[in-house]
Amino acid sequence: MQSNSENDLECIGVKRHFGSVRAVDDVSLEIPKGSFFSILGPSGCGKTTLMRMIAGFESPDAGDIRIKGKSVIDTPPNRRNVKMVFQHLALFPMMNVYENIAYGLRCNGVSKSEIETKVRDVLERIALPDVANREITQLSGGQKQRIAIARCMVLDPDVLLLDEPLGALDLKLREAMKIELKLLQHQFDTTFVYITHDQSEALVMSDNVAIMNEGKFVQTGTPQELYHDPSAAFVAGFVGDTNRWDGKVKSVAKGVAEIETATGLTMRSSVRGERTPGVGDAVSVFVRPEFITTQKAGGAAPAIGKNKNVLEGRIDSILFNGANSRVLVRDGSEELVEADVVLTGGTADLRAQDAVRLIWSAEQTMCFAS
Amino acid sequence: MKIRSTLVGLLAATAMSVTAANAETLRILTWGSYAPDALVKKFEKKYPDIEIEVTFSNNEEMIAKLRATGGAGFDLAQPSHDRIFAAQKEYNIYKPMDLSKINTDRMTKTHLDGVKANTTIDGEVYAVPHQWGTSGLMADKSKAPDFAGWGDLCDPKYKGKTSMRLKRTILLGTAFDMGEDPFAAYADLDKYQGILDRVADKLIACKDNIKAYWKGGDDLSAMMMSGEIVASETWDSTAYKLYGENENIVFVPPRTGALAWIDTFTLPRKGKADDAAYKWINFVLEPENVKLMSASTGAIAAVEGGKDLLPADKKAAVNAAFTDADIENLKFFANIPPGVEDMEGKTLEKIKAATGSE
Amino acid sequence: MAGMVQKDIKRLSLYLLFAPFALWIALLIVLPHLGMFYISLREKVGPRVYEFGFENYTNFFLEPIYWNTLLRTGSMSLLVTALALVLGFPIAYYIAKIAGNRTRGALFLMCLIPLWVSDLIRAFGWILLLRETGVVSSSLQWAGMIDTPIEFLYNDAAVIMGLVYTVILFMIVPLVSTLDGMDKSMIEAGYNLGGNGPTVLRRIIIPYAMPGIVAGCIVVFMLTAGSYLTPILLGGKNSSWFTEQIYDQFITRYNWESGAAFGFLLLAFTSFVVWAGLKLSGQTLNSTVANN
Repeated sequence: MQSNSENDLECIGVKRHFGSVRAVDDVSLEIPKGSFFSILGPSGCGKTTLMRMIAGFESPDAGDIRIKGKSVIDTPPNRRNVKMVFQHLALFPMMNVYENIAYGLRCNGVSKSEIETKVRDVLERIALPDVANREITQLSGGQKQRIAIARCMVLDPDVLLLDEPLGALDLKLREAMKIELKLLQHQFDTTFVYITHDQSEALVMSDNVAIMNEGKFVQTGTPQELYHDPSAAFVAGFVGDTNRWDGKVKSVAKGVAEIETATGLTMRSSVRGERTPGVGDAVSVFVRPEFITTQKAGGAAPAIGKNKNVLEGRIDSILFNGANSRVLVRDGSEELVEADVVLTGGTADLRAQDAVRLIWSAEQTMCFAS
Repeated sequence: MKIRSTLVGLLAATAMSVTAANAETLRILTWGSYAPDALVKKFEKKYPDIEIEVTFSNNEEMIAKLRATGGAGFDLAQPSHDRIFAAQKEYNIYKPMDLSKINTDRMTKTHLDGVKANTTIDGEVYAVPHQWGTSGLMADKSKAPDFAGWGDLCDPKYKGKTSMRLKRTILLGTAFDMGEDPFAAYADLDKYQGILDRVADKLIACKDNIKAYWKGGDDLSAMMMSGEIVASETWDSTAYKLYGENENIVFVPPRTGALAWIDTFTLPRKGKADDAAYKWINFVLEPENVKLMSASTGAIAAVEGGKDLLPADKKAAVNAAFTDADIENLKFFANIPPGVEDMEGKTLEKIKAATGSE
Repeated sequence: MAGMVQKDIKRLSLYLLFAPFALWIALLIVLPHLGMFYISLREKVGPRVYEFGFENYTNFFLEPIYWNTLLRTGSMSLLVTALALVLGFPIAYYIAKIAGNRTRGALFLMCLIPLWVSDLIRAFGWILLLRETGVVSSSLQWAGMIDTPIEFLYNDAAVIMGLVYTVILFMIVPLVSTLDGMDKSMIEAGYNLGGNGPTVLRRIIIPYAMPGIVAGCIVVFMLTAGSYLTPILLGGKNSSWFTEQIYDQFITRYNWESGAAFGFLLLAFTSFVVWAGLKLSGQTLNSTVANN
């Protein structure tokens, strides 16, 4: 991989093993200047270890980490211009807000008057100009969050690492902070590397997302790519909500496979992933709830194209959630299938126990060789 | 309901403990080793109604304990003969003894008369003798053959090789060594203060010569046995014990006379088991019991032929230490008049605090 | 009506819960101290004759031996406290932040072991090690490092060493419990924001541990200033300790009046030192001892 100084952060073949556990296994990444990059994965996938190596708290067994094109493998954590917002923020409780923000500047030997200016300035930028003399315990959750970011940003870092900083917040605040983080990133125009196991955080905020599993990057791309064009079954299952079946390929033609699921359903699906399955191969089939159309059964069956899948069933329950409402449909094989519906509140709405027909297209069905 | 049954249970328990306490208990306040287990068991066998409880202590603490309660909490105490008169005058902690209840015939007449003379107030006798012993010197004859007087502790010949206990005994011994008679001076406290001042000067000058002040029999024994010191002020019983292990270490009665004490029997003022106390006194006066007692304490009982009732090794040690002339020369501690403890205490503090040199 | 009864029962049970503590304080602490204070204000005129007055207190200030001993005790206790802190802090830090769960228990146990034997036995242990013919001196001789035996015992250094050994656990426990509460990421944040080792220690770890440091220092100082056996047994010819002075007044000199006065002076002195320490460190009793 060619080193590129346009990239704020690069990892090249980074490895870290703990005994027989491969926490981080040959990970490479490039993050261009000024972008918001997320690493998304389930807990234990190695994302925290990777971040700690970037920050310098762990050393990789192999590989190189470069910041602005320069290797930092031999640079101790306090000399790397990579700052970190910790999971529980790690604000210093024995210092007030001003001292928390000034700490890093003092370590760098910045003059007293300059510290004063910079702290005031950064507090302005995070829209908390009046909290300088507050104690940490007097701040709300969101304010603490912003102070933790300001404490790093005042040092003008090349990369800001964020380790699931929203985990401790309640739902409403978390939603608000997602937007705010994105805005702050734009405002500071600094590269953010954000670690999370919450796909909605990653999708909403990031320019690019890397999906990590068992120490490896499975796929890297924009949120849309990951959602609509996953390269592996893991990504399809991990990113976004989806229905999933396991089955065997009956026939393949022109990128469309006919599959018989373990429960006896037959459906058609576009073939995805690196490896094209042959006849008789085991596959996993995914279809997202929003691509399934739900119709009341009865009446004349509408004309159904060749590349459509149809499934008859009965509504088990309705999950009403405003615009994101959903039905759970029990099909003939007693499986539950999720489908998004629009509920208007009128008499024509679907109700529990209604017999329904589910229809979705083969293009929006994805299967991966397993 | 539950509360009531608990209450009943509590009451029953209390009642039982009260009856248990009614079986007579004899609470003895005495020196370590002055109530050997074998003897206590033998006594309890002879008098099954009496149970013995022993508290070990020393002169000062015995008096402090009795003073704190006005003489309650114990039925029999054993302070030394010189600690009774003033303590009784000042704190009223003892009660007079009924000598008719004690086999005084068994006691050595000199000791009995001496104790009586020391502890009679308004015609009432407050103590009878139990055992006696001396304070003096001990020396390792192979290393300090000429050691003979209190003053030799400060002889530069033995620099860093002697020890003493910073208590009143060494003040009195040093006073005798300087040719004074401190006991006679008790009658004139101003004169006594003069003596104490000179003794203090001498002992401060002597600090350099001393390795360390010993605090108890154990550290004294350790220093002596290891050869770290060659001579020291000592209790005779400690010296006898060491003689048993190393025949070179002998008790040396100072040429001015060893200081002799008699441990006594006294009845605390609010004692509740006088009869049991008298029984114990008479019990330990019996010759075979004297043997058991002396074997444990190493001191000589104040009974006729007391020395012969010592175990063989202790007897040998005593014979090695004392000639008849030495026995004649014994200086019995005189009654301490009120105020003297304070004067002596101040002198001791002065010596301790003086920075001769470390 | 039922509500009222409920409330009364609640209040009664509160009183009952509080009663043992109140009794303990009143009977074992307040009453004896009142008694002591009363005794300390009695001047002895003659046998069984006393007058009311402050002579026992003025005597203390008029006799240099007494206040010198108190100052000596105080300064040596401060030294012991400082040493216990310097030695105990790394141990506490290791236990709280570095050791694994199992080693932690073992380490704590090792710190506890000295407390399982009595003061006396511990002092004798030191005596065996340090005396002229003791283990240390003879091993040094054996190793050829010294020619003649050396006496390590009977000096102030031995006293300080013995005391530090005895009290260090009381420094370690509050330190561990404070440091335990410190998120490891706090230290990492300290490095991440540009601090080097000394800066992180000075600006983050020590300020965070301050309540534990002060609590440990208070406990250790009080224990040391009030200790009796160790300084007596290990101390040299000139090393007097104030508790020894009090004991002598009470027991040897039968002078309870001045012993009681000395007791109160020691209490006042140690309280003053603790107060000054709290002032200097900007902590309060609530934030330190009560917190642990």
